Formats: sequence, C-alpha cells, structure tokens
Amino acid sequence: MIRQCAILFGCLALGDLIVYLTGIKFPASIIGMLLLTFLLKLGWIKLEWVRGLTDFLIANLGFFFVPPGVALMLHFGLIKAQIIPILGATILSTILVLIVTGQSHEIVFRLKENRKKKEK
Amino acid sequence: MTFVSHPIFLIFLTFFFFLLAKILQNKTGFFLLNPILLTIFALIAFLQCFDIEYSTYEKAGDFIAFWLQPAVVALGVPLYLQLEKIKEQWLPILLSQLVGCVVGIVSVVLLAQLFGASREVVLSLAPKSVTTPIAMEISSVIGGIPSLTVATVVCTGLFGALAGIQIVRISRIKSEEARGLSIGTASHAVGTSAAMEVSPIVGTYSSLGLTLNGILTAILTPIIVPMLV
Repeated sequence: MIRQCAILFGCLALGDLIVYLTGIKFPASIIGMLLLTFLLKLGWIKLEWVRGLTDFLIANLGFFFVPPGVALMLHFGLIKAQIIPILGATILSTILVLIVTGQSHEIVFRLKENRKKKEK
Repeated sequence: MTFVSHPIFLIFLTFFFFLLAKILQNKTGFFLLNPILLTIFALIAFLQCFDIEYSTYEKAGDFIAFWLQPAVVALGVPLYLQLEKIKEQWLPILLSQLVGCVVGIVSVVLLAQLFGASREVVLSLAPKSVTTPIAMEISSVIGGIPSLTVATVVCTGLFGALAGIQIVRISRIKSEEARGLSIGTASHAVGTSAAMEVSPIVGTYSSLGLTLNGILTAILTPIIVPMLV
C-alpha cells in the first residue's frame, strides 16, 4: 500500500513540478496520468506495484465527485434564474458530443478498414 | 448542534448516504436513482435543514474530493493496458476526439446564448465536458465562475452516466471502442465510472476519451470561445 501510494503521489507531484517549472495552465493530474502510463510502458514501474490502489480509486471514481457536487447549493439563485439555458444547453450539447464522437470514430475506422481490404 | 457540523460526522454522512443510495439503486435497478445524484441532493437537504454553510461542509468534503487527483492519475493504468490497441487505431481515435471536442465547446456556447444565458454563465458552461480539475482551470482562464463550472461538470457527468449508454445505442454506434470514446469525451470521469460497469473495454476507451478530450479542451477552449462570445 505504501509503495502504491508513493508511486501514485510521486507521479502527481512530478506533474505539479512540471506545471510549476513550465508555467503551463494545465492540470497536474493529467500530466501525472500520462507519466504513470509512460513509466509503466518503460517498465520502470511494474503493474503489480500500483494495481490494487488504482483499481480501488477507479472503481470509486464517482464517489469523489459528491463534495464538488454539493457546491451546487452555492448557486441556487443563479441556477434557478437560468435553469433552462443551463440544463438545455448542457444536455443537448452532451447528446451531440455522444453521437458525433462515436459516429466519427466508426466512420474513420471503416474507411481505414476498406482501404486495407483494397490494398490486399 | 456542533456535532452535526463536525467534519468527521459530515464525512461519515457522505459515506452513509452513498451506501444507502447504492443499496437503493441495486434493489430497484432504476437508472435515475444514481448514487452520486441522490447523495448530493440528500447532503444539500441535510445541510439546509440544519442551517450548515457550504464552507463548513467543504472542510469535510475536501478530504474526499482530494482523491479526485490521484484517481485521475490512476487512469494511467487502463490507458497503459490498452496502449497497443490504441496505437493500431490512433487515426480514428484522434479525429473523433477532435470532432467531439470542437462540437462540445461550440454547441454548448451557441445553445446557451440561444437560450438567453448571461455571459458569465456561457463562459462557465464552455468546459462542461471535461473532468473537474481541468474544467475549473479552463473556466478561470476564460473568465467563467469556477464553482458554477463544477456544478455543470457534475450535471453533464451525471447525464452521461444516466443516459450515455442508451444514447450511443440508439444512435447505432456499435463498437465498444466507439461507445467508450463517446461517453468519456462527453461526460468525463462520472460517465467513465458508468462505462466501467458496462465492460472493461468501454471503460478504458471512456477513460481514453476523457484524457484526450481533457487535453484538447484545455488547449482549444481559450482559442474557440472568444470567437463565439
């Protein structure tokens, strides 16, 4: 457990350091994730050294969003006044993203497969 | 009265409500009874009943929300496990991410303006599709209200978790890879938590979608939004 925490927070701290040194406006956690992937790929970190903790965190990802969600109560006034634009735009836009992302993946994937078949 | 506003008790309450909500969802199987949503509403109701300020709850909640960052780092493991597959289809993945990202930003900004949202609300909505730490950063960069952004990020995530899989099914997106990418791109980590329950492949591609869209949105939002607002 200690080793798992050390690796995970090590990646996060490195991400923080990179943000601090370069001054880029970018979340340290995403840099930490890419670092972890990279270090696993290089074989410097073995999968079984982090697996337990990462499985636990990923399985409970939703739970960690509860406290930021409670912050909704701070904006009841603003949300109430503009509920239609906020919910309408959020939901419609989310539906659009869901459809176009998957569809464009399938279209490009199919085009690539067809070309491969033709080459054969 | 101080007992109910003590951080330890509020942390206990967060776990306890979530546990109850999970049991309720397992018993009924009704998708609207999402444990995240139920727990948020139960906690807000509790805080208002006992007249507890959000800032008091925040002290307790920070202990839990603190784990968001390491949890995002942890997503590096499923990413690593799928690296070979991703390399094979980097082109469809990259293109669909780019389309999803641009459509996400442009559509939410235009729709919000169409529905008559104020400028600060429009700016707060722009990064709604990406995970909280990234979205807050983007929101403050472009001049939105970060905590309103958090609220819309959570709403977007919940909607993706509740309806995402049905929507990709209805819109005839067949491959598990494409379904996962859609859910992760549209509804970040909350959607991904639901995608993980569908299958490991959908879950992994969903975490890939959340990662790539997080990166793209962080780069593109400050460029696209000023053109529209």
